[in-house]
Amino acid sequence: MDFNILSWLIWTPVLGAILIVILPKNRMDLIKWIAVFFTGIQLLLSILLWFNFDNNIQGFQFMEKSPWIPAFNITYMLGVDGLSLPMVGLTALLSFLCVFVSWNIDKAPKGYFSLFLLLDAGMMGVFLSLDFFLFYIFWEVMLLPMYFLIGIWGGPNREYAAIKFFLYTLFGSVLMLIAVLALYFSSGRTFDMIELMSTAPTALSQISWWGFSGVKVVWLLLFIGFAIKVPIFPFHTWLPLAHVEAPTAISVILAGVLLKMGTYGILRINFPMIPDGTVWFAGILAFLALINIIWGGMCALAQTDLKKMVAYSSINHMGYVMLGMSAVVAAGSKYGSNIAAAELGMNGAVLQMFNHGTITAMLFILVGVVYDRAHHRDINGFGGLASKTPIYAAIVALAWFAGLGLPGLSGFISEAMTFLGAFPVYRNIVILSTIGILLNAAYFLTSYQKIFLGKLNEKYKDLPEINRREILILVPLAILVIFLGIYPTPLIDIMKTTMSEIIFRVEASELLVK
Amino acid sequence: MINYGIAILLLPLLSFIIMIFVGKKLPNRGDWLSIGSVAITFCLSLSLFIMMLFKYDPYFKVEKIFTWFNLGTLDLKIGILIDNITIIMLLVVSLVSTLVHIYSTSYMKEDSRYSRYFAFLSLFTFSMNGIILSNNLLGIYIFWELVGLSSYLLIGFWFEKESAANASKKAFLVNRVGDIGMFIGIMLFFSSIGSFLFKDLYLGVSQGMFSVDTLTIAGLCLFAGAVGKSAQFPLHIWLPDAMEGPTPVSALIHAATMVAAGVYLAFRLFPIFTPQALTIIAYVGAITAVFAAIIAITQNDIKKVLAYSTVSQLGYMILAVGVGAYTYGFFHLVTHAAFKAGLFLCSGSVIHAMHHAYHKLDDHKSDAQDMRNMGGLKDKMPVTFYSMLFCTIALSGIPFTSGFLSKDAVLAGTLAFSSQYPNHFLLSLFGFSAALFTAFYMFRLIFLTFYGKPNSKKVFDNIHESPIQMTTPLIILSSLSFFLFFTFPNFNPLSYDGWFMTLVKSKDSLVPGYLNPTAYQIKEEIGQAHNLALFLSLSVAALGIGFAFLIYYSKLISPDSIYRRLKVLHNLSFNKFFIDEILKKYLIDPFLKISKYIAIFDWDVYDKYFINGFGRITENFSKTVGNLWDYKFLDQKIIDGFGRITKFSGSKLRLIQSGKIQNYLILVLVGIIILYVFQAI
Repeated sequence: MDFNILSWLIWTPVLGAILIVILPKNRMDLIKWIAVFFTGIQLLLSILLWFNFDNNIQGFQFMEKSPWIPAFNITYMLGVDGLSLPMVGLTALLSFLCVFVSWNIDKAPKGYFSLFLLLDAGMMGVFLSLDFFLFYIFWEVMLLPMYFLIGIWGGPNREYAAIKFFLYTLFGSVLMLIAVLALYFSSGRTFDMIELMSTAPTALSQISWWGFSGVKVVWLLLFIGFAIKVPIFPFHTWLPLAHVEAPTAISVILAGVLLKMGTYGILRINFPMIPDGTVWFAGILAFLALINIIWGGMCALAQTDLKKMVAYSSINHMGYVMLGMSAVVAAGSKYGSNIAAAELGMNGAVLQMFNHGTITAMLFILVGVVYDRAHHRDINGFGGLASKTPIYAAIVALAWFAGLGLPGLSGFISEAMTFLGAFPVYRNIVILSTIGILLNAAYFLTSYQKIFLGKLNEKYKDLPEINRREILILVPLAILVIFLGIYPTPLIDIMKTTMSEIIFRVEASELLVK
Repeated sequence: MINYGIAILLLPLLSFIIMIFVGKKLPNRGDWLSIGSVAITFCLSLSLFIMMLFKYDPYFKVEKIFTWFNLGTLDLKIGILIDNITIIMLLVVSLVSTLVHIYSTSYMKEDSRYSRYFAFLSLFTFSMNGIILSNNLLGIYIFWELVGLSSYLLIGFWFEKESAANASKKAFLVNRVGDIGMFIGIMLFFSSIGSFLFKDLYLGVSQGMFSVDTLTIAGLCLFAGAVGKSAQFPLHIWLPDAMEGPTPVSALIHAATMVAAGVYLAFRLFPIFTPQALTIIAYVGAITAVFAAIIAITQNDIKKVLAYSTVSQLGYMILAVGVGAYTYGFFHLVTHAAFKAGLFLCSGSVIHAMHHAYHKLDDHKSDAQDMRNMGGLKDKMPVTFYSMLFCTIALSGIPFTSGFLSKDAVLAGTLAFSSQYPNHFLLSLFGFSAALFTAFYMFRLIFLTFYGKPNSKKVFDNIHESPIQMTTPLIILSSLSFFLFFTFPNFNPLSYDGWFMTLVKSKDSLVPGYLNPTAYQIKEEIGQAHNLALFLSLSVAALGIGFAFLIYYSKLISPDSIYRRLKVLHNLSFNKFFIDEILKKYLIDPFLKISKYIAIFDWDVYDKYFINGFGRITENFSKTVGNLWDYKFLDQKIIDGFGRITKFSGSKLRLIQSGKIQNYLILVLVGIIILYVFQAI
């Protein structure tokens, strides 16, 4: 491609944000349509990228590189590979849909949409940067609009939620910054991620600080930074709060894209740059995955607030991603060079990242639909809605069943892959994790029954049916959920080469040699 | 051939998709579409079946393998397998499904969600055919859960009823428990073999890739799926509740086909089960058979009796797999599908009539399913009565019926097993006692429903025979219980040799070092046990029918006096051995409570005190640093201290500045002297 498509992907929403800021306050409709236009362009660009991406090429494609701050060897470097492309697509799609989800925002729409577009740009930047410094900048840039979007447009407890989200994430960012600098200074003063992948493994292994090996320290610093985003137990408590308080569209972005940044970071940075640390930590990662799955599931089961239940379900579902990631060590000769298991786990993990993005987006949008009409989210406060709003009930059923991992819908295949991948290495952990399958079904079906089945609650005998705008938002997601549940090949084909590369890098760790 | 399979799989799916989106707008609310698609699958299955009869090859098999996706080194393969067992199962499913579809056009006529009902039936037929056609464990698991979904949707079809909503959720969750076991089993096999295909599985096992212990555990894990789906003890609890669904659904899904999927799976997996696993399987089946039969004796709801009867008969099939007589188990599956579906549809016909009578009398309180409200319906509903009677005879195991043949074969299998391993005599004891109870409760049902005096004259007068759409399936299904359909070309009503036994061949175990008898030996031994089994099973059936006759027909023995004498037993049976209550009290409620505590801990303790604690500590620290140290100490004491010192010394030093020139000169002199001294040093 002749033009710098990746830059356009990042900067298109920024242009939109600037345009919106210039506009007069009272041009409400124009503001929305500008947001639609710019996120739409971004979505088209990402589709263009998707179709021009060559699945068989190892390494990065559509690279852009130009010096930025030469004194510190900082460059503006972008690139896309099989790990980032699905995330780019997910970001573009959800951002575009979320503009429509936010259609009825009437409190300061100018501020809202400009911040939203800025957030969009930040997320895109994180997934596309190949310079660690640039990555860090985007990571932080994204934080600020998020803070305001929750803090201004959120629910009753929004300020507390916003500051908590901000501080939690900032804490992680600081640790990450230390790790970034450690990598920078130990590997010949470069922020170039591709270079770091080849130099960092040896450079770090020669360092130790006060008896702690550099590998472990840097791995952990980065891990905590990313774990907060995922969120991995015990760093998860910002999530239910932020999700519950954020407006619907922002919850969608939070759960759909932001959480993926955590696992994306681990896969992009921890795994290939510090393979020794990955091998050292993989067992703990699997164990944390187990806790995420069970803890998140049990908390979800106990919730009475529907949105909080969906929020905890994210903790549960991200556990599957981590479980799949921990399977990467199976490729080592220590575990019988079971490359197939590593492939299942890693591809399953990224597939699950994507699928959770679409499924959880549906879940949050659907929660928003009923909240807009009933003005509460108490699971016990409804009853029998299926007889009043059959279309809504049917779409919720689809999303709920996707969430509980019903075969034929996308969540199943990725969860099954993560289980199958991790099983040869962490047999007992995986067996315990399967309880999660039951928990998923338990909380989704219980909430569905309480809200939709039984006798119609007289209070809601005039509840309006889901409207066309809302259905149209959900349809693309539903199609993806069904399509990828039956035929995941297109997505797997994109990521598998990159996954094999990461597996190869981790496999090279000396810790995996028998 | 494979194209037939693909068409049989996809036609109902197509009908589901069309029906769910536009079913309501089609003429006749789209029922013809569902019926048409399932009738075509029936025709296709029938032509496969006829082709099978012409080929008459026990080892006939075609298989097609597809790659679902590729992960670099790993190819994930799935595919379709068609052999004699597949064809027989396809025929059973599509036949019962077609009849149930036709029956439903009348039974569900007045329902406002008529087209949705047919859509769900199509979804079920699709998923069930998927289980049958899969040649791999993953495919079976996928369709396994999908039949669970259609079961969920159909049990909860009348979701306005709280009990129906509860039952559907319970069915799904209990099945998931079994499915988890099954998934663990799949993982155990896959992690060693790297494939889901049965072919590779058999090959791997026969090559000794697994130790006997692993194989036992993995086999039992897979069997857990069958325990859930086929409602075996202790996961049987969902099936009786599933009767909340419309009765045709109970006939199709919860009697004839879906619940038999577990037996089908056990049947497919027989060659890889170790002797240890098989023993456990046999006991699970035997316990279920007798235990459910005991419960069925005291139930008053006509559908509940049939539901527990189904559980009990499924136990028989599982028992047959466990003792190695697994082809006979499969035989029982097929014969049972016809007469049990028939029984359910007959009960539906009765309920339908009762319901209409109550409706006419404007009585919305009386229970249309309670047998105590019925009685004497024989003359009012002759077609229903004779169909039900014939199916009952088949289920009780009376000669000239298919049920006699298959049940006798299963019991002969248990006898053969017990004679070889006398310490497992309980298996045949359980088997025969279940047969006794079966004959008893089935005839109890017949006598209570169709004989005796009607409970209420007014209701009785308003009872009418069901319309032809409902009675035709009854006639077809009950006549299929005639022995000849299964023994052709053999006309001896006491021998089960025929096309079925010729075409369904048992395979030898593939477990290495498995010293148990080969398939041939099993067959020989069962043949020897056949006569004894025949005698015993006929005696117990006669005994059961006799008791039912004495108690419920001629009323020579009052049931109440028996209840009084066996109060504890009666209570246990009537209350289903309190399994539901025990599970709720000791498993489900505590778990929910723990979840609550964890959620409270997570939100109100961990987050509020621990995580926010960091915030508070930081805040207090900042306050301390900012206020106490920074302001009060550093600023006020140190920084201002400098000021104060300067001020103080200034005020003191000021005194030196006296303004007198002599003093200054003296000071200058002193300074010079000091400098001089320093230099000197």
